[in-house]
Amino acid sequence: MGILLGTIGLGIKSLWLHPMRSILTVLGIFIGVASVIWLLAISKGIGDEAQRQIESLGADTIMIRTVKPPSEKMSSQGLTPYGLLREEFDMLVATVPTVKSAIPIREMRRQFQFKNRKLDGRLVGCTPEYADVTKLELASGHFLTDAENFARDCHCVLSAKVAERLFPYEDPVGQRIYMPENQDFYLIVGVLKPKGATAAIGGSMAAQDFSNDVYIPIQTLQQRIGDTIMTMRSGSREGEIIELNQITLRCSDVADVKKTAELVQAALSSHEKMEDIAVVVPLELLEQARTTRAMFMLFMGMIAAISLLVGGIGIMNIMLATVTERTREIGIRRALGAKRRDIVRQFLVETSVLSLTGGVLGILFGLFCSPAVDLARELATTWFPKQMADLPEVVRVVKPSIVPESIPGAFFISLAVGLIFGIYPATRAAKMNPIEALRHE
Amino acid sequence: MHNDFKTDGYACRVVDLKKEYVLKSETVRALRGVTFDVPIGDYVAIMGPSGSGKSTLLNLLGCLDKPTSGHLWLGDDDVAKMSDDQLADVRSQRIGFVFQAYNLIQQLTVVENIQVPLFYQGKPLTAAQKSRSIELAKMVGLGERLDHRPTQLSGGQQQRVAIARSLVNDPYFILADEPTGNLDSRTTEEILQTFERLNNEGRTIILVTHEDEVSKRAKRVVRLKDGRLQWDKINTQEVRDEAARYAIENMPVEV
Ligand SMILES: Nc1ncnc2c1ncn2[C@@H]1O[C@H](COP(=O)(O)OP(=O)(O)OP(=O)(O)O)[C@@H](O)[C@H]1O
Ligand SMILES: [Mg+2]
Repeated sequence: MGILLGTIGLGIKSLWLHPMRSILTVLGIFIGVASVIWLLAISKGIGDEAQRQIESLGADTIMIRTVKPPSEKMSSQGLTPYGLLREEFDMLVATVPTVKSAIPIREMRRQFQFKNRKLDGRLVGCTPEYADVTKLELASGHFLTDAENFARDCHCVLSAKVAERLFPYEDPVGQRIYMPENQDFYLIVGVLKPKGATAAIGGSMAAQDFSNDVYIPIQTLQQRIGDTIMTMRSGSREGEIIELNQITLRCSDVADVKKTAELVQAALSSHEKMEDIAVVVPLELLEQARTTRAMFMLFMGMIAAISLLVGGIGIMNIMLATVTERTREIGIRRALGAKRRDIVRQFLVETSVLSLTGGVLGILFGLFCSPAVDLARELATTWFPKQMADLPEVVRVVKPSIVPESIPGAFFISLAVGLIFGIYPATRAAKMNPIEALRHE
Repeated sequence: MHNDFKTDGYACRVVDLKKEYVLKSETVRALRGVTFDVPIGDYVAIMGPSGSGKSTLLNLLGCLDKPTSGHLWLGDDDVAKMSDDQLADVRSQRIGFVFQAYNLIQQLTVVENIQVPLFYQGKPLTAAQKSRSIELAKMVGLGERLDHRPTQLSGGQQQRVAIARSLVNDPYFILADEPTGNLDSRTTEEILQTFERLNNEGRTIILVTHEDEVSKRAKRVVRLKDGRLQWDKINTQEVRDEAARYAIENMPVEV
């Protein structure tokens, strides 16, 4: 023990003879270890965020979305109706036994107006269960009710951002907003709390951000706006005839989800030719996301491992230079009674001290990953608000989460790097003939 | 060996020692069979022309290398038959080496340099060993410079550290390969006086030198030529005293 401590003390002394060289070596390992921890933490954060977004779709739900069919399937004259039909919704509700609740949804772009304030957003026609399934939370008032739906009331619920934009001063509940496209007024009965976006799903469903939404009863929408929507776009009229944009089914049990999805797919097989619907099963996405995340982390881990390898080669390079430079010292020590293994030990201790110092510093720095990312994001947002707003959602919200195993992992990897890359220079040093080593200038 | 072969009373006994260096194109026969004894307390100067095998012989005596054939008795052990690790043990426990180029370790202080051979004996230093290394530093006149590094010392001072280091393990003998080769006559005299004092205290000393003035100060001169012993003669006390007086008289005046 005393001997080992002596060797370590001696190692530190020798390393201190070339402080710059030692610091650079430590830096290599430091960067390697810190990047292992950071990359894993950030990729775990990204994975967690993706998972959260998918989970917010609901693991027990199935979504059937209307998608615009490829243009060659549409007739060239007039408008071709496509997508989900109301009778299919009734059919699914009546025939699929594992469905607990079903929500028909119709969406469109609309302009909303209050006094002279205008906002472009998304009008969503839905039933009361929608709030529950998409986990919408009310800030004030109430969500749409069945009674309002059946009565086809001109009532609406605003999302947080719409409320904030149109009613910066007033309390929105009890006010009416105006939709110029169909010249209707809607009474505001509720306002929602802010809500994060859900995952983007394949081509079939863009990430839904819910922030510019206005919700009205679907019956009201059907009666007042109808299925056909015409828009003027750059001088020519465009339009679409769609009954429903989405049907969200909720199963009574998560275990039934896959079976139910197959059933639904079979029931809607008539759409296969038009290619105008897509069935989205968040549960499957969730499972996919897990494997994707595992692969992503493995990939990041490999990148980090490469940087550690580079650090290790740096150590080996420096140790080889050191061995050559200290040939004389090795000769003296051998002449004074050092055995080969004493020399090996001395050099291994030196590389271990270097790599462990780098490792420990790297771990300490790694622990600051989360606050550092927050700080960087904050600074970037204050200095470049525009550019930051354009960045993808993930970059703005991701919270690095340190993978606990990465800390001892990084520690042992750095120790191993020191030992493995130190062994060759050390044995080379020990192999030298003492007389020749002494003659070395 | 014969049963009547005695090892007590001798620091070492060399019997028909040969050393060949096998190179690619040729074999260099550096020692072609050397036999001589060194009784305990002797002071031997090894002389001879360049390339005659002096350093080779001293390295063999110092267990830094293995002979091709022959015997080298240190006490009861024939080191010619020892393994690498055993030789290292002998070096750390029984041999003191002084080099022409001092060969101190740069990152260590004076005391630490003196302690290096103890460090390789595989045991933590005892308090007695620590105080002894300080004693030795004082003995060679460096008691005030225990914490200095080699770069802060003159050549003569460095060589005295090396002599202190060679004594720290209480060796069978001190081997010195041209210890004064790098020093001026004043410092040479310092070193020689140190050796003389050590020899008077009973230490066995074997040194290699080119200089007659140095060899005349030893008790005995062994001359090598072409890897063989050319002659081996005793310096009378008169020769030694005369050489010492001459050295002091001809010392350059201090400026
Ligand atoms: N490692 C070696 N490989 C090959 N030949 C060697 C080696 N070491 C010494 N020799 C040869 O052995 C012979 C004796 O060398 P040695 O160094 O013992 O001479 P020396 O008497 O000490 O000479 P000098 O007075 O110049 O120091 C020389 O011919 C030398 O070239
Ligand atoms: Mg020589």
